[in-house]
Amino acid sequence: MPFRGSLTSRDQVAVYEFSWPAVIFIPLVAVLVQIFIPVRVRFLPIIDLPLMVTIFFAVARRNPVSGCLTGCAIGLLQDLFAGPSHPLGMYGIALTIIGYMASSLGLKIDVENPGSRFIITYVFFVAHQGIYYGVAHGLLRQVQQWSWSHVAISALANAVIGLFVFKFLDRFKER
Amino acid sequence: MDTFLGRYKNLIVLAAILFAQIIALAVQVRRPTQGGDTRLLRLWAISAVTPIEKAVVHSQKWVYDTWNTYAYLRGVRRENRQLRAEIERMRVEDARFAEDARMARRIQALLAFKEQYVDTTVAAQVIGTSGSEQSRILYLDKGSRDGIKPDMAVITPTGIVGKVVQVFPDSSQVLPINDQFSGVGAALKSSRLQGILKGAPNGATTLQYVMSDEKVEPGEEVITSGGDRIFPKGLPVGKVVSVEPGKDLFLNIRVVPAARLDQVEEVLVVTKILEREPDTKDLGPLRASDILAERLPTVPAKPEVDAAGNAKPGAGNATTAGAVPATGAAASAAHPGAAGTPAANKPATGSSTAGAPKPNGAATAVHGAPSGTTATSPGVSKSPKPATASGTPPAKVAKPLNGAGTATAPNTNRTAPAATPSPANGPTNREETTPAPKQAKPAPQQTPSANPQQPSTTPAGEPPPQ
Repeated sequence: MPFRGSLTSRDQVAVYEFSWPAVIFIPLVAVLVQIFIPVRVRFLPIIDLPLMVTIFFAVARRNPVSGCLTGCAIGLLQDLFAGPSHPLGMYGIALTIIGYMASSLGLKIDVENPGSRFIITYVFFVAHQGIYYGVAHGLLRQVQQWSWSHVAISALANAVIGLFVFKFLDRFKER
Repeated sequence: MDTFLGRYKNLIVLAAILFAQIIALAVQVRRPTQGGDTRLLRLWAISAVTPIEKAVVHSQKWVYDTWNTYAYLRGVRRENRQLRAEIERMRVEDARFAEDARMARRIQALLAFKEQYVDTTVAAQVIGTSGSEQSRILYLDKGSRDGIKPDMAVITPTGIVGKVVQVFPDSSQVLPINDQFSGVGAALKSSRLQGILKGAPNGATTLQYVMSDEKVEPGEEVITSGGDRIFPKGLPVGKVVSVEPGKDLFLNIRVVPAARLDQVEEVLVVTKILEREPDTKDLGPLRASDILAERLPTVPAKPEVDAAGNAKPGAGNATTAGAVPATGAAASAAHPGAAGTPAANKPATGSSTAGAPKPNGAATAVHGAPSGTTATSPGVSKSPKPATASGTPPAKVAKPLNGAGTATAPNTNRTAPAATPSPANGPTNREETTPAPKQAKPAPQQTPSANPQQPSTTPAGEPPPQ
């Protein structure tokens, strides 16, 4: 029998839903934590909670359209707090694409497995940084520095933290 | 058609969302006004979030303070002993610094330097950040209701933090000095070389536009230059950690900020800067050592020579202001109406010092043209008085060093004859400046044959400078 492009069983491609409060408040809390925890915790800017939430919702819902919209909303929310020198849309574009890609990938592979979650988070973090760099440098001509080592270490940290974040967010899933 | 839309629905939605955001980006970039068109959106978002942040941060601070104040007292006795010892040591230092400060203020008063003083500050708490590595914006819990305005300086006791970029009713945004869009007028403390401190995307700060032929050592302190009109001059910025040849003709000077920008919690927003001359009322009388210090000889300039080959007497007088500190005195003394003012009492302008030192001295003498005597009579130097003895504010008599030195230097010839003592103009200032004829002596000695490199710095009838 020919392979039809899915690496998951029928049970694993189950689409999850979320309650409206969870849909609204989880991204909001993620952005809030992201903007005021670094005051106390030095390394937190490396950790990208909005990105993790975007990936989580996208792979859980497995719907590219909702993945796009969720990523767009979270990205724009993040843009709002990034200061006047940071035009609205930079994170919006990056997270829109990440949301689309994650939800498309969620249709293909098992995203419940910690190993696949680790890899997904790692890869999408690097992709997110690359898209942001492309938007900032290519569209806005902003001076950006790209450091592979920094991106790799940050992606690793995000992948590890992401395991715990995804485990926590699993509680909000509804079939 | 339906099939096409159904098949590529996801991609079409993605493209539409991306297209809309790219258009929005283009609009914002095309019209980069203060805050842009997105200000209202940002205002709503930040206004919604600020109360939550304030509540969390303040309750966290309350718990932290309560714990530190009442519960966690381990090591307090030892710390107390250390602090007492530190206070004793600082008292000794303070006495020395106070003396240095008095001297500096006196000289500043003579030169009419206007200092910028931090007059009013508002203490604020950092309640948030941008939350990303790409932007290093900080959020403060004080806004326009507390008197915060854009472009105000934000500092800590250890060093500067940044400037206010956007103000909301109850909060404000600060652009730290390590943000890539930040720029601060800065100078090296010891060498006084000036540059612009800029941030980088990775959070590093570099001092730019210092020429590569300048000598800059790691460890040198960097302070604000005041050139950006935001930060008062002289505030600590950081320390040089590395110096490398950069692009073009400039050095790449890496600076580590004095304030811990990644851990800053409480800051001061400078809401008012006073620009005034230093107060010299409490400085007391001038000491002999001060007077002598201002007379230290410097490298002389060539005397002015007229067409006949004779040295111009006025030029000789004009160049009598010897050492750098004396320049201001010369300027002030020679300024019209300056006679009898505190600055004019500075003996460093003694006309009998026939040396021709710095161009500054020559330049400043042009202001004395109307009075003729240039107020450099030795008689003044006989009776040094307190700087404020006459009650005339130094501001009216002295000129800034740079301005006098650069702008008026070429006019020395024009005013030189007037500076020559003559019976006609002698009485004008006789009350204050006394024996004008005495100063006539050294000036004619300035002949072209005289060696300009070794001028007679010994004034007639006065002891040689130490």
